[in-house]
Amino acid sequence: MIAQIVKRLLIAIPTMILIIATAFIIMRQTPGGPFDAERQMPPEIERRLKAEFNLDLPLHEQLVAYLGDLAQGDLGPSMKYKDKDVAEIIAEGAPTSFIIGVAAMTLAVLLGGLLGIIAALGQNRPQDYLVMGLALFGVCLPPLVMGPVMQLVFGLELRWLPSQGLMRDQMAISYLLLPVVTLALPQIAIISRLMRASMIEAMRSNAIRTARAKGLPEWQVVWRHALPVAFLPIVSYLGPAIAGVMAGSFVVETVFELPGIGSQFVTGAQQRDYTLVMGVVIVYAGLIILLNLAADILYGLLDPRARRAA
Amino acid sequence: MSEASVTSAQAALATGPIKGRSLWDDARRRLLRNPAAVFSLGLLALLAFLATFGTDLDFGVFRIPGFWVHDVDMIFRDRVAIAPTWDNYHWLGTDTEGRDMMARLLFGLRISLLVGVVATAVALTIGVLWGAIAGFFGGWLDQAMMRLVDLFYSIPFIFFVILLMTAIPTNDPFEKIILIFIAIGAVEWLTMSRIVRGQTIALRQREFVEAARAAGASPLQIVTRHIVPNTLGPVVIFATLNIPVVILLESFLSFIGLGVQEPLTSLGQLISRGAQNMEAYPWLLWWPAGLMLLTLMALNFLGDGLRDALDPKDR
Repeated sequence: MIAQIVKRLLIAIPTMILIIATAFIIMRQTPGGPFDAERQMPPEIERRLKAEFNLDLPLHEQLVAYLGDLAQGDLGPSMKYKDKDVAEIIAEGAPTSFIIGVAAMTLAVLLGGLLGIIAALGQNRPQDYLVMGLALFGVCLPPLVMGPVMQLVFGLELRWLPSQGLMRDQMAISYLLLPVVTLALPQIAIISRLMRASMIEAMRSNAIRTARAKGLPEWQVVWRHALPVAFLPIVSYLGPAIAGVMAGSFVVETVFELPGIGSQFVTGAQQRDYTLVMGVVIVYAGLIILLNLAADILYGLLDPRARRAA
Repeated sequence: MSEASVTSAQAALATGPIKGRSLWDDARRRLLRNPAAVFSLGLLALLAFLATFGTDLDFGVFRIPGFWVHDVDMIFRDRVAIAPTWDNYHWLGTDTEGRDMMARLLFGLRISLLVGVVATAVALTIGVLWGAIAGFFGGWLDQAMMRLVDLFYSIPFIFFVILLMTAIPTNDPFEKIILIFIAIGAVEWLTMSRIVRGQTIALRQREFVEAARAAGASPLQIVTRHIVPNTLGPVVIFATLNIPVVILLESFLSFIGLGVQEPLTSLGQLISRGAQNMEAYPWLLWWPAGLMLLTLMALNFLGDGLRDALDPKDR
């Protein structure tokens, strides 16, 4: 098990370097530097400015310099916000993004799992059709469509909830409810479908028949014997789910004007703030790789068969 | 067995030799028995027709006039952002620039469907060839190719699409759309290559491949003529379910300002424009959001139906 983790970590490092290098080369190979949009400036000043950001060096030296800084946790200065480091900008947005992401994932797993169980236990009965119908509908409700629609319906028409904005220091639930639900909807749908399928399979196994034969009450059969087995596919889906939530958070944070990493990234991409875009890509890529690894380890801990195979 | 079916069976025998039913005949029968899938298929055909012929089709040398009364780019200065009305045929209203919303919507649907289909085709071509070659030749080539796929899998590709779109600025809307095709197609082929590789490994040992080899077919011919056609079932399912994913990805790009550019438009761009103006002109959001939902649902239901029809062992 430990050897497996070490091996995965060793693969993760070259992957990260590959991601960084590719992102770096794409960003730097492009015409239209970050200073092009500004007023015409004297050539000497422009040269000084470029030297400040290492833009005058050959590409491979720039990359090495960037990797060196990165190893020390320095993501470089932002190219648009003159007085801030990229690391500072990301750190400012992190709490918002983190809370929204964790809340959306928790909601998705709990509600999706519950709906899946309800559907599976009543297979081919009305509750099953209802949940699966809703799930099929939910897959088609991406944050992109639901964000503005929820904002319009609950925020502007009904005025039940604030439609946008968030103070950095005070995270009121009323402000977070719409973004979190928007972000969680498609994941709830996917997880409930997964859960239903694996629960149906688990309930058919011999172990369940044995548990019933022993005379256990039905809720114990479900809770103690079927659920731990049926939950495994959900664990292995956690990695992709996290990646989906992260991508969705870009839209949600922009729509609801939340001060998170996602909305900063979108602004950065539009303003060609190279260092900021790179910084967010690296942080998110690293996070996704790490969380994938964590999900795999969790899977190994929960499933003795996977442990033995490894 | 009832008497009626016996007589009908005898009648069938009397009319001639029994025709064999191929996998595809069976699949079609199963698909047509699924009302949701049939409805989706009809709806998609309708949407595709509207998207194609709704507004002018301009091929440069000649143009096919669309059946909708208004032009996509026609600006009515005296009718800016009016609500849906029967007057002047602005059935869905006009946008903040005074362009007819129905025309914009039909055109946006065209671009969205086009991106979905073309980018999926790009992804399919790469994925199918990649998977078939890796699976057929096996050995170190397979190892190398699939390890590369594993590596790509661990990279959150949405970021690379964004990077590509940020990094290659172009002011020509048509170049931009080509770029979108390539960028999305280039990141969506990974799953496809895995599916096809698995299928190919299963097919490789079959007698018909041996027969083809005995008949002197080259490895490339075997892959393209014998292996790839037999992997078509899962490929079709995947392609159908991939189109909505691609449409969403393009919408996402348009939403954050990196996708389709004016004067072209897409459903995603219409939604983001609508979202900016929804307080004053909510219909600018409702129509594209509704149409997007309808399109995605139809594609997803059809994909599910196809899966049930082509892959009956899952039922």
